[in-house]
Amino acid sequence: MANAGDILLRVEHLTMRFGGLVAVDDLSFEARQGDITALIGPNGAGKTTVFNCITGFYKPTEGRLGLRHGSPAVWDGLEALTDSGRRSMTHGDGALFLLERMPDFLVTQQARVARTFQNIRLFPGMTVLENLMVAQHNRLMLASGYTLLGVFGVPSYAAAERAAIEQARDWIERIGLTARADDPAGDLPYGAQRRLEIARAMCTDPVLLCLDEPAAGLNPRESAELNELLLTIRNDHGMSILLIEHDMSVVMEISDHVIVLDYGVKIADGKPDAVRNDDKVIAAYLGVADDEVADVEAEVGL
Amino acid sequence: MAKERSTASQGIDITRALRDAVLTGLLAFVLFLPLIGFQTITDMRGNLVLNTRWGLLFSIVAVIAGARLAYAVLLAPWLSQRKLRPVAVTPSPWRDFLGKWIIPFAIGFAIVYPFVVVGTVGFGGAVKWIDNFGIQVLIYVMLGWGLNIVVGLAGLLDLGYVAFYAVGAYSYALLAKEFGLSFWILLPLAGILSSFWGILLGFPVLRLRGDYLAIVTLAFGEIIRLVLINWVDLTNGYAGISGIPRPTFFGIPFNANEDGFAAVFGLEFTPVYRTIFLYYLILALAFLTAFVTVRLRRLPVGRAWEALREDEIACRSLGINTTNTKLTAFATGAMFAGFAGSFFAARQGFISPDSFTFLESASIVAIVVLGGMGSQVGVAVAALAMVGGTELMRDLDFLKAIFGPTFDPTQYRMLLFGFAMVLIMVWRPRGLISTREPTVFLKERKTISADLVGQGHG
Repeated sequence: MANAGDILLRVEHLTMRFGGLVAVDDLSFEARQGDITALIGPNGAGKTTVFNCITGFYKPTEGRLGLRHGSPAVWDGLEALTDSGRRSMTHGDGALFLLERMPDFLVTQQARVARTFQNIRLFPGMTVLENLMVAQHNRLMLASGYTLLGVFGVPSYAAAERAAIEQARDWIERIGLTARADDPAGDLPYGAQRRLEIARAMCTDPVLLCLDEPAAGLNPRESAELNELLLTIRNDHGMSILLIEHDMSVVMEISDHVIVLDYGVKIADGKPDAVRNDDKVIAAYLGVADDEVADVEAEVGL
Repeated sequence: MAKERSTASQGIDITRALRDAVLTGLLAFVLFLPLIGFQTITDMRGNLVLNTRWGLLFSIVAVIAGARLAYAVLLAPWLSQRKLRPVAVTPSPWRDFLGKWIIPFAIGFAIVYPFVVVGTVGFGGAVKWIDNFGIQVLIYVMLGWGLNIVVGLAGLLDLGYVAFYAVGAYSYALLAKEFGLSFWILLPLAGILSSFWGILLGFPVLRLRGDYLAIVTLAFGEIIRLVLINWVDLTNGYAGISGIPRPTFFGIPFNANEDGFAAVFGLEFTPVYRTIFLYYLILALAFLTAFVTVRLRRLPVGRAWEALREDEIACRSLGINTTNTKLTAFATGAMFAGFAGSFFAARQGFISPDSFTFLESASIVAIVVLGGMGSQVGVAVAALAMVGGTELMRDLDFLKAIFGPTFDPTQYRMLLFGFAMVLIMVWRPRGLISTREPTVFLKERKTISADLVGQGHG
């Protein structure tokens, strides 16, 4: 086990209730810097709810979600920050954010957590390039002097826009869509839309990338391409990735750390191999373990 | 063989067409019996009597049934034949040429228009054509372009846009009369006040979408109008404000005095000069609106508006503050309405709440929808057709010979509006120009088909 300093995201006692339904129950886990952390579990286990809490789309009923930028020393200030009632603090060359206190757009803008969606949410009527330009909104907004300078066409904005186009072009190349850069995103094949959504999230310049079922609906070849893309993002950019996935080939091949949820409760947490052989996980996915099947059948009278 | 089959199908068609026509006639009879068949009139003694109009009723029913029969027998086979024919898509050089030159040509024509008018009809008739036609159309072009920012780009349906127009007009009228400030100071001030009201309206409706947003904006438009009517101390209520100072040519008034425009420039006095000046003023304001909109679309704020129209949740996931983005859309749209409003007050010299009814809002929304949401050219064409067409109808005096001397073609304005709407919705459901031009491109600018472009959630 690596030391606590590597921790990027710390989820503590996260509980989310919708009326009487407890979607996530007292969940605690950690995601480490530069790791691909996978969140798996059967349908309705509460994975997407956890994502929505982390990215600010839901306000958790209870729990603390800490995120660190820069130096690991900032974790020492966690309790002080919690008591202060503020959203974030900077400490030396690092910063600490309490995500549960931030509205969704600030989670991306300030805490730099980017996300994708289970059902792809691109801007279908805008081109591939425009999609990636929208993702760089906050940087460009600053460069355009909150629009006021931009209307008069100041050269500094033109330079910032060129840089943004360059970054977008770089990502378009990396996801293999150069030939279709000027086509509307809604016209792309499904697999390309998935990749574009990941590239768009990366264009917000995140420290943590949250992917909600990126391999859903992909064929085996596309799924292999996706693995490659995610590994490049992790290795070349040192990006930390939090991943929800059903496709076990993706989970087992690329993740460094797996957390298994069932009915909102964490049932396993560890390396992919350890999780794969965990009795509780097998029971959650298949109902019961293989050696118990005979007993159950006997009970039912088959 | 083939001929036989076609005659056989023809025979079946005629029986079906007859049955169809009879059914349509019956339906029309049931529908028009209470509406047209019976009429209540007050006789000389003040009693209410029931009058029957069987002749009119049956002639209308006959016309409807006949038209249905003609459609089924003549038009429907032709339409289905045409559908079967392969659609030849040949890129015609003529269309390319048109697409390239129509905008420069339209701008050029708008610039020389007053001189063309003066040249053709002389000073005498020029005021009517420049003022009633040119200026009127340009006001609606400008309002359409302003609303286009809110409805077309940001995808927020605003049915109370005329409220900001009213704020602009009353700001100019009141401030100019009370404090004697010049038009050039009050023009930006009216824009600022209107956008302030745009933000005020924006705040409560931020969380609303779709129909709910439309209803609240509609109510806001009515509230502003009712305040204008009832706050008599300030606005003089229904009577309106008259004697609003007219704009001057950079300090030189347009009058017959010795220091007036005509005298200063050594011209013979005629009211046309003021009209021409006003024409260029609104033309410049409209161009400003178009220019700023084109610029804004290429700035991050404009892309955020369009992204908001496409998918609000995705916007939030990219760190875009959707609250501010919506407010800037409301404020920018309202600002242009404020400019147009202060111009309107300066041009009329008199304003009253009657100029700012819901009908005006509906007309502007209709122009934007007919033109194609988000399209500048489409909105301009729609404004020209809607407003210009209505103005042209005033000249159709020959229709009086057909329909009698009491016939006033402009009375049928709304009917035509509705008819044009229905036609457009059938032929071009997304407006005249429904495609979208991307704001930035790597290699080539490809027009995006309307099917992919979002319409916003309200």
